[in-house]
Amino acid sequence: MKAWLAILLLFCGPANGQVVRVGAKHFNESYILGEILAQLIESKGYVVDRKFNLGGTAVCYAALRGGDIDLYPEYTGTLSEEILKSDKKLGHAALNERLQSVLGLGISPSFGFNNTYALATTPEMAREKGLKKISDLQGINNMAAAMSYEFLKRKDGWENLKQAYRLELSPVGIEHGLAYQALTSGKIGLTDVYSTDGEIKKYNLFLLQDDLGFFPTYYAVAVYNLSLSPAIKGLVAQLEGKISEEGMQAMNSEVLFGKKSFYEVAHAFLQENGLVQSTGTTRNGRAWADIADKTWAHLGITAISLGLAILTAVPLGILLFIFSGAARPVLYFVGLLQTVPSIALLALMIPLLGIGRLPAITALFLYALLPILRNTTTGLTSVDPILRKVATGMGMTTIQRLRLVELPLALPSILAGIRTAAVITIGTATLAAFIGAGGLGEFIVTGLALNNTQLILQGAIPAALLAIVVEFLFEWLEKALIPRHLRT
Amino acid sequence: MDSAIQFDKVSHRFGQHVIFEKLSFEIEARKITAILGKSGSGKSTLLQVINGLIRPFEGTVSLLGMPIDYENIHKVRLTIGYAVQSVGLFPHLTIFENIVLPGTLAGWQQDQKRQRANALMELVNLPAGHKGKYPYQLSGGEQQRVGLCRAILLNPPLMLLDEPFSSLDPETKDGIHTEVLKLQRTEPRCIVLVTHDHEEAMKLGDTVLNLDNGKLSPSGL
Repeated sequence: MKAWLAILLLFCGPANGQVVRVGAKHFNESYILGEILAQLIESKGYVVDRKFNLGGTAVCYAALRGGDIDLYPEYTGTLSEEILKSDKKLGHAALNERLQSVLGLGISPSFGFNNTYALATTPEMAREKGLKKISDLQGINNMAAAMSYEFLKRKDGWENLKQAYRLELSPVGIEHGLAYQALTSGKIGLTDVYSTDGEIKKYNLFLLQDDLGFFPTYYAVAVYNLSLSPAIKGLVAQLEGKISEEGMQAMNSEVLFGKKSFYEVAHAFLQENGLVQSTGTTRNGRAWADIADKTWAHLGITAISLGLAILTAVPLGILLFIFSGAARPVLYFVGLLQTVPSIALLALMIPLLGIGRLPAITALFLYALLPILRNTTTGLTSVDPILRKVATGMGMTTIQRLRLVELPLALPSILAGIRTAAVITIGTATLAAFIGAGGLGEFIVTGLALNNTQLILQGAIPAALLAIVVEFLFEWLEKALIPRHLRT
Repeated sequence: MDSAIQFDKVSHRFGQHVIFEKLSFEIEARKITAILGKSGSGKSTLLQVINGLIRPFEGTVSLLGMPIDYENIHKVRLTIGYAVQSVGLFPHLTIFENIVLPGTLAGWQQDQKRQRANALMELVNLPAGHKGKYPYQLSGGEQQRVGLCRAILLNPPLMLLDEPFSSLDPETKDGIHTEVLKLQRTEPRCIVLVTHDHEEAMKLGDTVLNLDNGKLSPSGL
């Protein structure tokens, strides 16, 4: 079968230049699998657009349905529980059939390993409380537990697990990458892990046995739109059974603790399995160029969103000042936008605009509106009414009064609003990486997934520097535009 | 009498409160008319009716023989100088920019502005070195002089002064009075000055009127 596929591939020939978009969720294993898929496809002459860092199942799934990505690594359990919301445990063939008929999606054969959820604790804690299996947790209510946000909400996650095992713990939410640190430092006693996580070996963690068989199986597969070309489906099928649980744990561990890049680990895997020829291209020594690229991309997203916000909010603020009756409702509405958490606003953009720069810029634009809008109207309305009367009495038209008196006097307030918006935008833009918009957030999101402080700083420091540079820029602009005695 | 301002049966009220009831009077051109009244007597309202900031409920206000054209009120106002007690200098503009602002509105060239500003500053004893300063750097009396220069930059046939000197100390006030009279000799115009200061009214006014309960009468003083 495989040989036959390979011959077919030869006849199809490499589709040079055709772009294939590969997605991945923002955690270690998904990056590695995404990178394996990407390099495998690249090795046959396709161009791969990597859309990694996508923020969770919902984002990946929406991106796939919306046609923003062509395929991404997923787990069978997640597909049946989260995507199909199925009550029954489905086998591979049944799952594939349901996905095709209901959603127009398909899955590759399993890569081989089962990465199921598991509850992890430290060996000391296990000894102290006498824990071997999950049902041993019954009756325990004085143990600090923290679960990843996704696990807390999933159908195959905490709530149903708690019911099935009749547990009394009330865990808090935690970012998965940080949970190990919390566990090993004794801040918490229990968390959810993936059974192939590289940290399990590294920290010598104790996994509680799922004695009631609650967790479905999570075999890793690639999920794709049925419209994906057969040649690529064939390529992906070559990964069938190639990755064991130990193999996956080892790859995860190499990235986490062996200081190897996803690219290198994926490349080594493909070579060892004879799936690609050695090309000798590694991406080492690109760190600085990478930082520069991402800073530039970050600046781009920020500048465009901020620029659009200025072009919208300042004229709108002037209109609200002239037609003051509308000011209250409009400011309330824009203020309401501000209260939507930034990550939620980004997620809300996906069904409307897909993933990438456009939804990120739209969300950042909406965020930047309020400070500029409010400061523009406030600045204009707080102009001394006597000056307004004198200007009118002198013979100024409404437009002349705005241009010569009100706007110049409101300028310090307007500039302060833009300055606030700029700093907010630079900070919030780091979250745009979750929906594939790139920028410095990619380092931070990847660093969080890897619990890699260096990588987090690689994103956080340039972002902080950008914010400082922007602060200085505005200070200089204020000095240039506003007489000293009127500066705020 | 050659009249510059004419009220014909002008009535105005704020809500239920009657300010003027069928008020008719004339104010002479090229003379200073001082209007005396207590606070709340409607003095400021009267000036705002004259320059169209307030449009009365009834009656006609004519300036220089023409009923006020409220459609083109901006152009009408360029013929009226207006100075108020708090001066109303624009804090973001220099002294020079403040003085020549009406010239900017009237489309004057830079040269014309500079010449006129220089002449006026000299006339009211403002040092030329003040031109580049901002209003906050000047004393109260100096600020009032700047306000005067601005009000008469376009050499308007009408000038309205709303208690412009009431916050100044007696000595400064005396100096400015002298300069107003000097200006009036050089460029005679119809000046309407409202004030509650009898002495000021008598000193500056060619005619002094009393405003009381919305009625104007020649001053008995």
